[in-house]
Amino acid sequence: MENIDVGILVVDDELVVRDSLYNWFKEDGYRVDTAEDAKMALKKLQESSWDIVLLDIKMPGMDGMELQKRIKEIDANMIVIMITAYASVDTAVQALKEGAFDYITKPFDPDDMGHLIRNAVAQRKLTEENIQLRQKIDELSKFDEIIGDSPAMKRVFELVETVAQSDATVVIHGESGTGKELVARAVHSNSPRRYFPIIPVNCGALPEGILESEIFGHEKGAFTGAQYRRKGKLEMADGGTLFLDEISSIGTKTQMDLLRALETKQFTRLGGTKEITVDFRIICATNQNLEKMVEEGTFREDLYYRINVFSIYLPPLRERRSDIPLLANHFAQKYALAMNKKITQISPGALDLLVQHDWPGNVRELENAIERAMVVGKPPRIMAEDLPFQLSAKKTDLTSDSLEEIEKTHIQHILERMEWNITRSAEVLKIDRVTLYNKIKKYGLKR
Amino acid sequence: MAFICVVPVHLPQESLLIPLLEHISSSFHRETRIVFLPIDPSFAYDHSRKQHNSSLLLAKLVDIKPKDALRIVGVTDLDLFIPILTFVFGEAQLSGPASIVSTQRLRNEFYGLPKNDGLLQQRLEKEAIHELGHTFGLVHCRNDLCVMRPSTYVENIDLKPPQLCYSCLKTIDEKLKAIPP
Repeated sequence: MENIDVGILVVDDELVVRDSLYNWFKEDGYRVDTAEDAKMALKKLQESSWDIVLLDIKMPGMDGMELQKRIKEIDANMIVIMITAYASVDTAVQALKEGAFDYITKPFDPDDMGHLIRNAVAQRKLTEENIQLRQKIDELSKFDEIIGDSPAMKRVFELVETVAQSDATVVIHGESGTGKELVARAVHSNSPRRYFPIIPVNCGALPEGILESEIFGHEKGAFTGAQYRRKGKLEMADGGTLFLDEISSIGTKTQMDLLRALETKQFTRLGGTKEITVDFRIICATNQNLEKMVEEGTFREDLYYRINVFSIYLPPLRERRSDIPLLANHFAQKYALAMNKKITQISPGALDLLVQHDWPGNVRELENAIERAMVVGKPPRIMAEDLPFQLSAKKTDLTSDSLEEIEKTHIQHILERMEWNITRSAEVLKIDRVTLYNKIKKYGLKR
Repeated sequence: MAFICVVPVHLPQESLLIPLLEHISSSFHRETRIVFLPIDPSFAYDHSRKQHNSSLLLAKLVDIKPKDALRIVGVTDLDLFIPILTFVFGEAQLSGPASIVSTQRLRNEFYGLPKNDGLLQQRLEKEAIHELGHTFGLVHCRNDLCVMRPSTYVENIDLKPPQLCYSCLKTIDEKLKAIPP
């Protein structure tokens, strides 16, 4: 922020003070104006934007304290600095309690004034940055990262919106790679907790003892190797959300501790005695059938009912094939940008293959397939042969044992895959183009 | 020809003015003269603060400025203040005709240190150029190597050079071009 961008309004009934401060700030290059009373100050505050108001506490008519209240009504983030004589320091302290940035007693040291204004400008800048960042977070709090137009996904979006506003614990069910973490992040970023962090813990990736320490933290000397006190993820999620991925993997002891923390919002670090109170929300994800695990006795029933307040089921990709073209194009654009490649389309043949595939690894597998295709493919389109699973593509149903029939069906299939590009089809079939034309004619193949 | 007028206002050590004249003249490329004008500064004395009000002295300098003077700068050994500040090294009218500089807090003796006339001369020259710079419309400069950098302590004055930086010099040149010699 250059000095010329900072607006300072001086409000004082004494002309000499107004003039002195006006000249002082002008010499420093600030945009500055003065007002002799509260009425004039309010008029100038409405007419133009100001960053800092220097306000005399004692003025005839509306005094500085009352004017400060009015200013805060106009702009709650306005930096107000009170000017006072020694006699009214008590009033200045009261002004601080009511939101003034600082106060300065007349006459002041030139160096103090310089420091005060620099600090005030820095504070104003931080406040503005904070507002802008919050706006950015609000803009990001959409479902941009979750792609899907199928009825199943529309239902997921509805559920996310419904549960986000509450503080209820959520369990996200879905196969591996369906995007459970993205849904958890969407719930968090649309909730009132969005300005605080979402802390993910992959419960499946850590052994029991380490997971316990990861979630609850530990005190120095709690176990061999605990050389320092360490905060757990639960403490880090204070004010925000703790996302427990693969909740089904956690052991019985951690399940018990977690249940207690969920019920009381209190816990102790490993090896500690002090109760720590935290404000958090839990979102869990699992690819296992928790209900079955409860029946089998491998997951605590009381914890299951405590976390299963609201369920979101994420369908596997094979149950929402209509979303595949949308997802594939999204990933193609994403990697085209990342790899700086001019591949912006997916050929109909390749798209057909993508839609037919069963995607056991779901969206994650699809994304990997597109990323690989972007690496090997050539602009302007991803072709079927760029995909990793073309050879394992859906088997053609053969209705006859005759060699001629098998040849006809195979040629038809390759032609469709190559979008009737004769040269490329001939290359794949390892025959010359004339032979291919003859076979098309012989079998009466058509586009 | 319009000249820059240097006026001693209660300044026992007038020997400081000769080198100052040269420095001002070479900085602003204008003829600089010492003019002795009768000023009794007692009217600006504040009994409660035991200091002289710099703004009042500045107003007086505007009143007595010779008609053919381009700018007037008063040099005094009185301790100056403006109502909101505990002290000032000097004061100027931004884009106005008058400025004033005090040697009181530029002296080493003020801080209990041994007398150093060479250092005093350097400090006075820097502050006079600084205040005159304001009268030509210059505001404070962030460049460490510019005399227009603000100084709230005497140490700050010692750290900055006696000249204007390239950017301020350019601004001054443009302003001076608009003023007939």
